[in-house]
Amino acid sequence: MKDKSNFDSKDNAEAAGNGLLNRRVFLGGAAGALTLSFTAPLPATPRDALAPGQRVPGAPFTNYGQPSPYERGVVRWIAANDAVPGNGIAWTPLEQLDGALTPNGLHFERHHNGIPDIDPAAHRLRIAGNVARPLEFDVDALLRYPRVSRTCFVECGGNSNAAWRRRPVQTTAGNFHGLVSGSEWTGVPLALLLDEAGVAEDAHWVIAEGADAFSLTMSIPLAKARRDCLLALFQNGERLRPSQGYPVRLLVPGWEGVLNVKWLKGLYLADQPAMARNETAKYTELQPDGRARQFTFTMGPKSLITRPSAQMRLPAPGFYEISGLAWSGYGRVARVEVSADAGASWAEAALAEPILPAALTRFRAPWQWSGGPAVLQSRVTDEHGNVQPSRAALLAERGRHGYYHYNAIVSWAVADDGYVTHTYVDTPIEKTPLEDLFMDEEWD
Amino acid sequence: MGLEMSYNHLLKLMFILISFDVQAGPPAPALGQPLAGGRAQSALSVVFPDGRGLPPGSGSVEAGRGLYAARCATCHGVAGRGGPGGELAGGRSDLTAEQPDQTIGTYWPYATTLFDFIRRAMPMDAPWSLADDEVYALTAYLLHINGVVEADATLDAAALAAVRMPNREGFVGIEAHPSAP
Repeated sequence: MKDKSNFDSKDNAEAAGNGLLNRRVFLGGAAGALTLSFTAPLPATPRDALAPGQRVPGAPFTNYGQPSPYERGVVRWIAANDAVPGNGIAWTPLEQLDGALTPNGLHFERHHNGIPDIDPAAHRLRIAGNVARPLEFDVDALLRYPRVSRTCFVECGGNSNAAWRRRPVQTTAGNFHGLVSGSEWTGVPLALLLDEAGVAEDAHWVIAEGADAFSLTMSIPLAKARRDCLLALFQNGERLRPSQGYPVRLLVPGWEGVLNVKWLKGLYLADQPAMARNETAKYTELQPDGRARQFTFTMGPKSLITRPSAQMRLPAPGFYEISGLAWSGYGRVARVEVSADAGASWAEAALAEPILPAALTRFRAPWQWSGGPAVLQSRVTDEHGNVQPSRAALLAERGRHGYYHYNAIVSWAVADDGYVTHTYVDTPIEKTPLEDLFMDEEWD
Repeated sequence: MGLEMSYNHLLKLMFILISFDVQAGPPAPALGQPLAGGRAQSALSVVFPDGRGLPPGSGSVEAGRGLYAARCATCHGVAGRGGPGGELAGGRSDLTAEQPDQTIGTYWPYATTLFDFIRRAMPMDAPWSLADDEVYALTAYLLHINGVVEADATLDAAALAAVRMPNREGFVGIEAHPSAP
């Protein structure tokens, strides 16, 4: 362990251009750390130094805790269909959180037609189709099965889609990239119930159906269902919230959020996918050649800096900790690099343990802001060597109309007055992009 | 020497038994209640591209036109154009255009998906409220305004499964092929 007193010059050195310091620099020991410029007078007696809460008894116990009222601004941002209020999204405020787990009340939501009110005593999960023994389970039965826990992200396939626009959207990091959240999910391995039902030789797909007013159906390859899918009953230690699929949801680690069917009521084994609307008309990606990518399940390697990020203001030049999230649906995060000079040079960020497969991973990097312009970026590489692409590379490969699976490097511009905005560095920014006006016009 | 060999054999046998046990997974209580054949079938609401899962009944383009005006046009606009819901018809450009129109006629690969989706999710203020004949009629109407079936068409299970959509070959399976094991 190093401390301020035995800081050596090597650790203090810039690790990359425009003020990025070596990741081993201790927060408290960083050169140029903010120091207070005035000295407050020392109180004369201990009575003069009491905090208000030391003189009166505090509030009693509560049955279910809530955040501090002073944190009431830390909420999800909701964007929904005026005609159908339960059809829309609620974004996790990524820039206001830290660590790698999302509080249950702030997990992102994507509902197609609202949150059903389900009495667990009346709910049933049926397994049918190409199986030897069609079965029905009530929730009490599911709760008796052996459970496993899996910490992983869930990310909507449409997360970050505003980044396809020709002009950088100006909003907070969460309202832009916050259709991803991290949780520890606990439930029954799907393979156990599939084995109990006896999957037929000719079954290659599992079609999951939700008990909501959209009756969402999605087709999942049987191999994935057997490998690591869960019937999730608990999230971060407590039973699922209604908004997350109470009483039981499907968890499909590392794959598109829409496959993680909430309020799960049916699993139908079949020789082919259903070609449901949300695996044909939606959640497919139109490419420049006119053909569409379908069954693009895995969420690719992605990272972004959450602090500092768009719409924040750095109060003064000096030391800042750059912090963000990285993940890959293919496996563990292997490294995250950060740049303060729009990608001209990169420094390795420190990764917070534990680093788990298909899980949000927190990264941190010390930065000395000179007070001049900077462009902050992060770039993740996963354990299989998959690298987060530049925006130019992603557009070159996918065109502009893929809509889903945007995972390119995110650029935050820091102006000399400290304001942070979203920018593009390797692709042109167009002034009057007509198509942008229509991008959010339709709801489904 | 003989003792050593049988010891090795024993180790191998233990290894095989352990591996087998791991592969079988943890013991599970087998609490699923059997579903009788009829119930198992009725639980399966999914319609497949080959027509499996389509119910009896039928509906015409003409019947669908009135139903559409009454139940769909508020969100999807007159004849599938405009409105806050998804654009359903009127695609004017091909899919390689600078501004491609992704409508039922230009984009959807299977006609059966229309029946499946309308029945389970539409209209959003009253899903599952349309009778199967009405769902066939709306499917026929939407296919007609997209230029896929004639104005005098009536669809039932067999006729719907036989409809070939213009963009049927427009999709590339990236991580799974529909028929791949």
